[in-house]
Amino acid sequence: MKSKKTGKPVFFVILALILALTYLAFFGVQNYYGDTRQVYIKGASDIRWGIDISGGVEAVFSPDKAGVDITDEDMDSAKAIIETRLVNNNITDYEVYTDNSNHQVIVRFPWAAGESDFDAQAAVQELGETALLTFCDGTTKDTVLLSGAEDIASAQAGVDENGSYVVYLNFTEGGKAKFAKATAERVGKQISIWMDDTMLSAPTVQTAITEGQAYINGMEDAEAAKDLADKINAGSLPFALTVDDSKLQIISPTLGSDALDVMVIAGAIAFLMVCIIMIVRYRLNGVVAAIALLGQMAGTIACISGFFGDAASFTLTVPGIAGIILSVGVGVDCNVIAAERIRDEFKKGKTIDGAIDSGFRNSLSAVIDGNVTVVIVSVVLMGAFGTPDSLIAKLFSPLMALFGSSITGSIYSFGYTLLVGVVFNLIMGILASKYMLKSISQLKFLRKPWLYGGKNNG
Amino acid sequence: MAKQFDFNKHYKKFIIVYLAIFVVGAVVAGIFGVDLDINFSGGTRITYSYEGDIKEADVNKALDGVIKEKYTVGMSTSIAGDTKTVSLSLVGNKSLDAESQEKITEALEKAFKDNKIELYDSNSVSPSIAGSFFLKSLVAVAIAAALVVVYVSVRFRKIGGFSAGISALIALILDVLVTFFVCVFFRLQIDSNYIAVVLTILGYSLNDTIVAFDRIRENRKLYPEDSIDTLVNKSLNMVMVRNIVTSVTTFAAVLTVVGVSELFGLTSLRTFGIPMAFGVISGAISSIFVSGPIWVVWQNKKKAKKK
Repeated sequence: MKSKKTGKPVFFVILALILALTYLAFFGVQNYYGDTRQVYIKGASDIRWGIDISGGVEAVFSPDKAGVDITDEDMDSAKAIIETRLVNNNITDYEVYTDNSNHQVIVRFPWAAGESDFDAQAAVQELGETALLTFCDGTTKDTVLLSGAEDIASAQAGVDENGSYVVYLNFTEGGKAKFAKATAERVGKQISIWMDDTMLSAPTVQTAITEGQAYINGMEDAEAAKDLADKINAGSLPFALTVDDSKLQIISPTLGSDALDVMVIAGAIAFLMVCIIMIVRYRLNGVVAAIALLGQMAGTIACISGFFGDAASFTLTVPGIAGIILSVGVGVDCNVIAAERIRDEFKKGKTIDGAIDSGFRNSLSAVIDGNVTVVIVSVVLMGAFGTPDSLIAKLFSPLMALFGSSITGSIYSFGYTLLVGVVFNLIMGILASKYMLKSISQLKFLRKPWLYGGKNNG
Repeated sequence: MAKQFDFNKHYKKFIIVYLAIFVVGAVVAGIFGVDLDINFSGGTRITYSYEGDIKEADVNKALDGVIKEKYTVGMSTSIAGDTKTVSLSLVGNKSLDAESQEKITEALEKAFKDNKIELYDSNSVSPSIAGSFFLKSLVAVAIAAALVVVYVSVRFRKIGGFSAGISALIALILDVLVTFFVCVFFRLQIDSNYIAVVLTILGYSLNDTIVAFDRIRENRKLYPEDSIDTLVNKSLNMVMVRNIVTSVTTFAAVLTVVGVSELFGLTSLRTFGIPMAFGVISGAISSIFVSGPIWVVWQNKKKAKKK
């Protein structure tokens, strides 16, 4: 099989693209208007780091009312719901401890001191909300018709026929019957929908509704609708939790105070060393591999920070970094396999073009199969440990439903960084590497077999 | 090609080495116990408020030998900025008795006379990572393993994919066990970092084995007349260089991260880097010395049955 020659400029185009992506992903684009910083493209410094790396907030929650009977099961369900709410807010790194004898829930989550786009106090308050959705008679909360997870099975954000944002509700079997009865009895009267003590809407019943569905209208925007749906799906706490403000603490990084700076230096040195090993052993192939790896890292970083100014950043933690390490390891491997295959081809007496072509072709099946199996692992982990209403989780829900919703953000974060890392490896390690090498080998002064792993006179 | 290494002849030695590591590891774990942190075992969290400046290292020094429980030290300030606290997380499944708590308080008061140490809060907490989490992890890993075996069975059907998938799993289990026993040998605490290590090695080891089987699959096509033993030996010799380069590079990179961190006094990456570095090496070894030869034994048995 003869393949077309790749033009000389291709290498420089890809190199420029990778360097541009690297610059943007690490440094971002921002403007200062006096003291306010407008972020267009997020850099690595806009990444939200986990409590292990940059510290965070610790809040001690206590039940609102003293004397309420609180069982250990209540404490466990409070823990699970708080965890779901944290992950819904993209906070995948947290520690939630329960103290069953004092009835306290201790929550620690990342927040850097001085972080301005995130209100820790508001976030803590929201975590402690009961978040109980109720349907009531008239416009007061005196007579509750339907309430909570017992009657309301799930919620989705959506748009109604007029284009306004709404939250659709699906009732449980019991809820369906109750709602049918309630609406049949109240044709022409008002029913109000409440989230805790806030009235969300108070529609007038037109006819009896027997299909087991309803919606809440009047959402401000798509985000408000999604937040409400998330909140309903996360479930309601068995009791409201409040935080003693004096016990709201800023904690230093659990890994040690300057963990972040040290890890950045250590990571940079390690990356440099990988590049040196690659270049010493594989010469020009190694140079190309180093560029491809840089592109892979930059792409992964961009997916973690959110890249675009208004996108939410993913919380990066030690397990998340492990995901990056694994994907870079797989990326190194992909380049090593190709480079070794090219060497083999030279031994068979091939020319530069022939060796590069068949080297990449022969390495393809190993690289694809290796990467796909890693993708399988990462997708399963994301499904098993992410929010229950994510797409992947729904796929596994029949199996996972058996185990309750124990969300573990750190594993979800591992799965996420691994997945994006491997996807970028497929782009960089397979495509970019190949075209860069094919193109650079067209340059006259670089047409020496030993630069690609052959013999000098080969 | 230069000298060929006979993997099929030597694989039993490697399996014996693995088993020896596990037996010795189990004995060491039995004698010294496995070091779990508060996330896994629960325990007591005591917080003291103080004034002035206190360093984490000095707290460790002050408490040296005072209590037998394992603990970690954390520093924090209240959000209003007026109260500084130091908190101790003590590992243990029952709550700390009043006497030990008194001892800690005394030791701290003595060491930091000028800092107005005062007991601020004390909680006995359940593990944040509990039984249900492990159960779920096992199920998740089992699902992932099953899907990987299905994928391998399909993609490697030409060489008896199911047996290849199972051989890969065996190597994987060995590698994960190696990371665990590395923690036991080096007396490293099993903390939340360890979960990340297991997951990483899972993916890494899998990739190693896939690369090896890919070569077997390819050579099966190129040299259909080869016996299974010759075929596997030839293939494993071919991937060995790649295995060494990739694993040594990763090993060096991970150790560099740990080494540089230690140099700057950041010791908490040990529990992450050391088991991972050894897991990487084990992954490279097990893919050619364990899963390949096991597959040979399996295939030969299958053939013998047919006859």
